[in-house]
Amino acid sequence: MAEEKGFEPVIVGFFCNWCTATAADLAGTLRMQYPPNIRPIRAMCSGSVDPVYVLRALLGGADGVIVGGCPPGDCHYVSGNFKARRRMAILKTIMTTLGLEEERVWIRWISAAEGAKFARTMREVTESVKKLGPNPMTKDWSI
Amino acid sequence: MEQYAILSTGKQGALGAIRQFLTSLLEKKLVNALLVPLELPTGDNVVPTIVSRPEQIQAANPLAPVLPVNAARLVSRITLLSPSPEKLGVVLRSCELRALVELVKLKQALLEKLLLIGIDCYGTYSIADFGKLVKESKSPTEDFLKRAREGKEDPVLRRACQVCAYPAPMGADITIGLFGASLDKGIWLVAGTPQGEKVVQELGLEAAKGEERQSAVDKLIEERAKKREELLKQTQEAIKGLDKFMATLATCINCHNCKTACPLCYCKECFFDSPVFEFEAKKYLGWAKRKGALRLPNDTLLFHLTRLNHMVSSCVGCGMCTEACPNDIPVADIFRLVGERVQKMFDYVPGRSLDETLPLTTFKEEELPDIGV
Repeated sequence: MAEEKGFEPVIVGFFCNWCTATAADLAGTLRMQYPPNIRPIRAMCSGSVDPVYVLRALLGGADGVIVGGCPPGDCHYVSGNFKARRRMAILKTIMTTLGLEEERVWIRWISAAEGAKFARTMREVTESVKKLGPNPMTKDWSI
Repeated sequence: MEQYAILSTGKQGALGAIRQFLTSLLEKKLVNALLVPLELPTGDNVVPTIVSRPEQIQAANPLAPVLPVNAARLVSRITLLSPSPEKLGVVLRSCELRALVELVKLKQALLEKLLLIGIDCYGTYSIADFGKLVKESKSPTEDFLKRAREGKEDPVLRRACQVCAYPAPMGADITIGLFGASLDKGIWLVAGTPQGEKVVQELGLEAAKGEERQSAVDKLIEERAKKREELLKQTQEAIKGLDKFMATLATCINCHNCKTACPLCYCKECFFDSPVFEFEAKKYLGWAKRKGALRLPNDTLLFHLTRLNHMVSSCVGCGMCTEACPNDIPVADIFRLVGERVQKMFDYVPGRSLDETLPLTTFKEEELPDIGV
């Protein structure tokens, strides 16, 4: 899809409290710049992010969604992110099979120490979704 | 290891032999009651029933090609609060048995005191098509069996059955085997567990080898696999892309019948029936303003996508969702298409074994390297 001029995507982020949301704080404390397109929502664990939240965002106005959790093996609740990984794999398989632009859904493991990775990832996801253009699902009145 | 015995049919035919077998289970107190499909007095349908008096078995017909409900739902209903107090035999088709195994893993059913009696399945018709068959034929079950065993394609079969991957039950204590048997002589009783072996012993049946059954099963599976590949290809072409998928869901009226009929959608209160989906008027008007218009009832796509996410890893492909849809949306085809891929991803066959953990409740540390970096 062509890049629309002046298109500023809305990206909803579901960030785990212990790692990615903390990394977001760190990025801020370090005064790192990243695009304001991200609407962060803090979740207690990436494992608590039901696919329905991701879909709700995508169908309700978001052009992209990013789920951020602790790196595999480092989950505050031991295994929540492993379960999140399976859920997101299923979600992406469903979207791919139905031809629903799974590339609008990002999953990233960003630890509490990785403020720089957080800022860089937010830049990447914003650029990527900008290239994809507006999400057709948010405009369709019949869904 | 499976042990085969022969249940001789003679003049009474396969159905007669099965009725006799079920009657003797009750008479010899090998079970105290049976959950089995019974012909309604009107003859138009066959409905699951708990039978406790042996005489009633004369109306039992587990061979009638119709599946009004996936009986795994009923076993869950019966055993959800407490296990059966007495020995209860449940006669189930393969998709029902597999759904039951999934429900046990989901802690929605208890197998204690159950005797799982599987039955080889040539497929089933919709209730309406079965009704037609009953009107057209004097002996609908026998006619159907005869046709099915000739191996010709039957376009009236429910699509879920035409593409069924597991026509032979898995994990039953005893299976009533029809595949590869010569019905005028005898059918198989296949003991799959020690409990099943005990029952076969009690009945004093003649042992057999049953190689014919296995080769007949393999052949049927192969035929259905071919058909499935064809159907999945068609489905993929018909639904891929937002426009085509929405066209497929165009006639959805959000009745949630597919969810109600699904043996595995077990939540006591579905998220979609919860107050989460009660919105202030200004929300509706706001959405309409943003999009220019808003389809009502809303959240059609969200409902189907969410049900896919929650259920597809356990979908046994019984096709009850398609049957329940008042507007012929091919819900089961969509679930099969997505299910094949999701289940393959985790090497998971729903209902194959009680020992395999549900994909959504477990994980491997080293897997899915493409999901998240």
